[in-house]
Amino acid sequence: MFSRPENMKMFWREFMRQCVDIGIGSFGIVFIISLFMGGVTTLQIAYQLVSPLIPKSTIAQVVRDTIILEFAPTLTCIVLAGVVGSKIASELGNMRVSEQIDAQEIMGINTKGYLILPKILAALIMIPCLISIAGFLGIWGGEKAGELGGILSSDQYWQGLRQEFKAYNIFFALFKSFVFAFIIASVPSYYGYNVEGGALEIGKASTSAVVVTCVLILFMDYLLAALLL
Amino acid sequence: MIELVNIKKGFGDKIILPDVSAVMETGKVNLIIGTSGSGKTVMMKCMVGLMPVDAGKVLYDGKDFTGMNDHEKKEIRQQIGMLFQGSALFDSMTVEQNVMFPLDMFGRGTLREKKTRVMECLERVNLKEAAKKYPAEISGGMKKRVGIARAIVLNPKYLFCDEPNSGLDPQTSLLIDKLIKELTLEYNITTVINTHDMNTVMESGDHIVYMYQGRKQWEGSSKDIVFSKDEKLNDFIFASEFLREAKEMRQMEMFQDQNWRNQLKKD
Repeated sequence: MFSRPENMKMFWREFMRQCVDIGIGSFGIVFIISLFMGGVTTLQIAYQLVSPLIPKSTIAQVVRDTIILEFAPTLTCIVLAGVVGSKIASELGNMRVSEQIDAQEIMGINTKGYLILPKILAALIMIPCLISIAGFLGIWGGEKAGELGGILSSDQYWQGLRQEFKAYNIFFALFKSFVFAFIIASVPSYYGYNVEGGALEIGKASTSAVVVTCVLILFMDYLLAALLL
Repeated sequence: MIELVNIKKGFGDKIILPDVSAVMETGKVNLIIGTSGSGKTVMMKCMVGLMPVDAGKVLYDGKDFTGMNDHEKKEIRQQIGMLFQGSALFDSMTVEQNVMFPLDMFGRGTLREKKTRVMECLERVNLKEAAKKYPAEISGGMKKRVGIARAIVLNPKYLFCDEPNSGLDPQTSLLIDKLIKELTLEYNITTVINTHDMNTVMESGDHIVYMYQGRKQWEGSSKDIVFSKDEKLNDFIFASEFLREAKEMRQMEMFQDQNWRNQLKKD
């Protein structure tokens, strides 16, 4: 898979197509879930922090850390496993079943290098970007939900965001996002590329790919938290 | 010329090709025929390297393909064109882009030169007007013709066709057969066709290999088939009453033709 591409221009074109598919194609769903994720987190934390001794700004602090450490990378990647993973598995599965991969092999193309590597590289670049955007949107959604619900003012929220901020959390979230991105692109590629049979098998491969990807993401989430925090 | 030397291939305990040797001649339409499960497709996939052989050799003009490294295989593969049973066109590309794909990947030259070559190939298969269409927008016969255009765009020395007539009406089948035959003669290609179609066998078969239970049962030309005494071959080719009658008529025609020629020679 890591051998030199037959034609760098074609490889670049395929890589850019995958970047658009994974990045732009998933932006809508990431936008929606991030906003609501932030909003709901604010509401639920406010519901639980009822003590008058705890300042309101603490809500923002908890929202920030929850979103950066867990919700933005993990929840977004679970959703991306469904959106991007199933697309990758079914695209490659369809190409395998309809002999398009065989046709490329006959032409002398390294199909793993041409079809899978661009997907993995595109995921490694676009998914951390999506997760960063999800983090910003989640925190912004939290602010808006706090304002709309009359829980805390914008000033209180921003004050809370600045309290005890650890830059390491950002590094941790980005590190997780790279690991998850690799899983999201490679596991479905494996399932799709090795499909045998027909339409039914493509569906099965797609489902298995999403399930295995989600389980691996959750497992790695636990492992990374245990090792790095 | 492609030679198969004592090819063996199996999947687990099941042996598909116990020991097959055959020669596919240059400038001729070589057919591999046989019932379903007789090992035709496996044999073709072994020939093009989509399946590794368990033992034996595949020689392309004397060069051992099975023993080559990836780089050497790549060079041979760039001389191979293949038409797949389902055409295997890339769904996300137009007809023009499909045909241009091998040129983009390996071809030298400017965009204009590539476009000219693509149009030449599409014109050769009478599909110039469908250049901007997507595979989903054209018929099965047109897809096969696009597949042929894509297979010949790099001027291959070897052309493989897996069931080129499957799913096509008899008229379109004849068109495809005619096209493949013309291209074979025009470019002096070694063409190998895997088929069930009796029209193809009788009209295009310069050299026919009949496979039975993974073994080469019979070998000859379409003319030899008419006079063949091989029971298994006759059961396969002339399976219906109609075809048996057609065979007798063809035998008679050929016999009379021979007598007439002999008479002419005497006169």
